[in-house]
Parts: sequence; structure tokens; C-alpha cells
Amino acid sequence: MAERYHPGDRVRTSRADPPHHTRLPRYARGATGTVVERQGRYPLPDLRARQLPAGPEPVYTVRFAAAELFGEGDHSVTVDLWESYLRPAGPAEQR
Amino acid sequence: MSGDHGGPAAAVAARVRHVEALLERRGLVDARELDRAIGAFVTRASPANGARVAARAWLDPGFRGRLLADANAALPELGLSMRGGLQEQRLKVVENTADAHNVIVCTLCSCYPIALLGPSPTWYKSEAYRSRVVRDPRAVLREFGFYPGPAVRITVWDASAESRYMVLPRRPPGTEGLDEQALAALVTRNGLIGVAPV
Repeated sequence: MAERYHPGDRVRTSRADPPHHTRLPRYARGATGTVVERQGRYPLPDLRARQLPAGPEPVYTVRFAAAELFGEGDHSVTVDLWESYLRPAGPAEQR
Repeated sequence: MSGDHGGPAAAVAARVRHVEALLERRGLVDARELDRAIGAFVTRASPANGARVAARAWLDPGFRGRLLADANAALPELGLSMRGGLQEQRLKVVENTADAHNVIVCTLCSCYPIALLGPSPTWYKSEAYRSRVVRDPRAVLREFGFYPGPAVRITVWDASAESRYMVLPRRPPGTEGLDEQALAALVTRNGLIGVAPV
């Protein structure tokens, strides 16, 4: 599976609240951030935890402004996210 | 967030012992081999390793560059690696500068570069640290007695996937004449996590 995103790309995280294990932290759901780097490919934990077939999938470091995540704060938080958790940010979410 | 590690640890330990006994009984693992692997991993794992890495990076700009670009490729220069577990773990070293400070956390559980920092401190695994440091790192750092200036940009690195993180602290002023060993002695585990200046 080729990487869909590049460093600098704006991405939005899923808002889904799955009933199974996931590694998209709740505080980072439905948030827009910037891809910092590619980490390689790893099996998606959401599938592995349910013993479903999981091929290697790209993982990215994504940087979020604290204000985007929490509505306040001047720091940033980077979260390591599988490609399945991301979609391209819309035009209104570019900065 | 997932449960507090201070919780039913005894129940988890009992389950692990039971699984281990089953694996041994069925001949899937050898008890001595398991003990040897865990022993080798834990005895080599120490914050002294992370301190050596930081001291070398301060003294050798070439090593510092290689470490920040690809930490897994640079560690063997010091006889270290991230291969102690079942598979090699990706390590990312994040560098503090005059205007940027880094802090590491694992909000989902307790991921931590054990090979370089030894077993993690209890507070690192606490729900309080994991939930608060992403939201208000300055408040958490204040509780450690650390006050980065208002102009310093803070980044919190949440190890939510398969990478592990270590902070490269800033070299303290007035240490120009010190050798690698003396510099390494200045580096603390908290500094390598990012909750202390060094």
C-alpha cells in the first residue's frame, strides 16, 4: 500500500467511535492537522485486535494545534496515526 | 482513554503466569529461554544509555545529525539498538532548542523507549500524566519544577502507534570543558522524557 499523504499535507481524523480497539485517541478525533513525517507501515490494530487479516498500512506523525484539539492552549501535540484514520482536509480546513 | 495501570495489576500478572504455564506445558516456549530473553533486555535497559546518547550528540555534531535523521541507524555507533523486544522498534529523537521544547507521553497506554530509559517511572503510566500533559503541558511541567519561558514553543509527542520517542535536551551552559562521561552524568531520565531541562 503506497502512502497517500506527504509531509505538509493537511488531514482530518475520523470522528467514528468504534466498538472495538482502536489507536486513534479520543481527544484527536474529528480534528485537522498537518502531516509531519511518514513512519513506515504497520498492521492496523483495529483489525489485529479482532484477529482479522491486517496488511501493512502507512503510519504518519500528524501535528495538531492544541487550540484545534482542546479549544485552548498555545502548544502542539503530535499523534501517530494509521492512514485509515485520516482523510484529506477540506478547502476550509487548510490553515 | 484506556484504564489506569495502577489498577488490577495482580489479576493481569496472574493471567500472564497462566498463559506462560500453558505455553510451556505445550512445548511452545522454553521457560529458561523466556527468562534469558527478559533478563537480557531488562539488564541492558537503563537511562544511562539515553544519557550517553545525549552526551555524544552534544559533542559530535555528525552523530547528532544522524541521530535526529534516523535514530535506529545511529544507535549502533554506541553499541545500542531498539531490537531488544520481539521486533525492532522505530525510535524518534526530538531535539530541544532555545525556542522549542519537547515532551513525550503515551496517552493510550505506556509506550516508552525501555532500552534507552529503563523501565518507566510510575507517574509516566498514571492517568493523571497521560491525560493532562497533552492538554496543558506547562501546568504539568510546573509541577516538576520546570518553567520553560513563554516564548518557548512546546510540542507533546503522543506515542500512539509503533514509534518510541526520546528527547534530546539542550546542553547546559558552562559545560564546555566536560568529556562525554561527565556530560552523560548530567543527563536525567526526566530530561530525556522532557519534564526537566536536562
